[in-house]
Amino acid sequence: MIEARQLAKHFGPVAAVREVSLRAADGRITGLLGPNGAGKSTTLRMLYTVLRPDGGDALIDGRSAVREPLAARARLGVLPHGAGIYPNLTARENILYFGALQGLPRAARGARTVELVKLLEMEEFADRPARGFSQGERVRTALARALVHSPRNLVLDEPTNGLDVMAVRALRRLLLQLRDAGHCVLFSSHVMQEVSALCDEVVVIAQGVVLEQGTPEQIRARTGAASLEEAFVRLIGATDR
Amino acid sequence: MYAVLTVFAKEFRENLRERRTLLSALILGPLLGPLLLAGGLSLRLDRGAGEADRPLSVAVAHGERAPNLLGFLRAHGVTVTTVDYDAAAARAAVRAGREHQVLEIDEDFARRLGTGLPAPLQLYADASDLAAAGESARLRGLLEQYSSLLGRLRLAARGIDPLVLAPIAVQDIDVSTPASRSVLILGTLSYLILFTMLMGGMYLAIDATAGERERGSLEPLLTVPVPRQRLIYGKILATCAYMILSLVLTVTAFAVVLRFTGLERFGMSVNFGPRVALEVILLTLPLVPLGAALMTLVAAYTRSYREAQTYLAVVLLVPTVPLAFAGLVGLRPRLGLMAVPSLSQHFLITSLLRAEVLPAGWVALSVGATLALAALLVVVAGGLYRREALLG
Repeated sequence: MIEARQLAKHFGPVAAVREVSLRAADGRITGLLGPNGAGKSTTLRMLYTVLRPDGGDALIDGRSAVREPLAARARLGVLPHGAGIYPNLTARENILYFGALQGLPRAARGARTVELVKLLEMEEFADRPARGFSQGERVRTALARALVHSPRNLVLDEPTNGLDVMAVRALRRLLLQLRDAGHCVLFSSHVMQEVSALCDEVVVIAQGVVLEQGTPEQIRARTGAASLEEAFVRLIGATDR
Repeated sequence: MYAVLTVFAKEFRENLRERRTLLSALILGPLLGPLLLAGGLSLRLDRGAGEADRPLSVAVAHGERAPNLLGFLRAHGVTVTTVDYDAAAARAAVRAGREHQVLEIDEDFARRLGTGLPAPLQLYADASDLAAAGESARLRGLLEQYSSLLGRLRLAARGIDPLVLAPIAVQDIDVSTPASRSVLILGTLSYLILFTMLMGGMYLAIDATAGERERGSLEPLLTVPVPRQRLIYGKILATCAYMILSLVLTVTAFAVVLRFTGLERFGMSVNFGPRVALEVILLTLPLVPLGAALMTLVAAYTRSYREAQTYLAVVLLVPTVPLAFAGLVGLRPRLGLMAVPSLSQHFLITSLLRAEVLPAGWVALSVGATLALAALLVVVAGGLYRREALLG
């Protein structure tokens, strides 16, 4: 479970996140929805301990990201924005490296990598250097890397960026599979279809504050809109006025 | 420690596949430096040795005005060609490079010589032409010899001992040994060694920091449950490994190449056998972690690969600063200076090449001071990786 409590972060005079509190429960997919520049990435980066919040705290399975960052990180799998991998290593070596850094013994990380290559259908390119990978191959490698230590919680920052339809569908299937296995999945997106197709729970965020949190139905009902997109536009529009 | 080794192993292996790193660490640096030095040396030595044997030639205008002088020159092996230039033509011929030098005999030459007055000669040469400078110096030497010969004859004819014109006789006594003579030429060797050693680790230092951030793989790396300073320790360690490889290759290449430059022919010897090579490596080794930490720190501060390259090009020059300063003010090695990294290594290597005994205290201070500064920089670099500003 991932919990944010009144997170705040500013860069110089710019307040990227003013106050964000949210809960992403186990066995559910939670979508962080917001327009560009809403503070989605900053929020996620505080959750996965790369940024230190100026105020508030984040709890990963009850472990404070501020006070026990190592314990929090061990419980997290992270797919950051852009999915950068090492071009001179093969996909398999990229995954094994993170397995080692996560503290898995040699045999365990080897076996886990084989498992992930199969799960993510990476057999074709697993032993090629990552230099010439397509965006889809890169994202799958980065995802396998995030899952190597079988974390209970998974955070993904705009995971479908640059993916073709088939890759998006494969990713969706995987996230649903993880949810059904009891994992907590939290991802950010600014694509409405993405969120409505996948999420059990939606958090709408704009200008660094949470506007709504609930199931898609609840949000639609509360805003009196016919669709989630409509609800989203109403919520965002309200902040402009 | 396990995490440090994991990062080290990964950086080491990844850079084995990076052509740029390999080329600079294992080929360009170690081979280019020694070859350049050896090439430059043999060229210089060959020129110096060959020039004195080469026949000297001179074009003479109005040679008929000084037949004795021409006879003297010919007797000393000078090829004399007669030309028909006036002053302007002589000037033009030398400037255009048709003649290296033109000697013009004044029309008053014979008359003034006969009456005991200084007899004028014009020697046209191009002082900016370095290849011809040696020739005109030799010709001038011969002319002076002729002049003093005439002078002595005149004195003798007047019944005066020519020795009255030589009240002082200076004798040069060169106390340099063959080993110390070659140090004059090999003074750049210690710098070349330091330079190629740093080059060996430069690309890895950039790739593992600025490069990693630019590729977007730094952020996921920072999400693993490992204290962040350990990540950079592993990177510094990998940089060290490439620098050591480069250092060993460079020194070995120097040892081999200098064997074939034939310094002995010129009364110089290079004290650079396997034993000295090993000692040079050991003395330089403490600079490895210092250089690696410095380059990693600088590269981690920069915002992009390109910027890191620019800054590290400057860092490569840092070890020259104490060397250049010492050269300018004429510093001689002494205990206190052994606390200055790079300068102390320069002094110690030069002393080794001069076949001198190194005081143990000097070596200890050089190693200690260098390692202490290295440790400080490693800690600072570790602190840098704990800051979130690192993500840029």
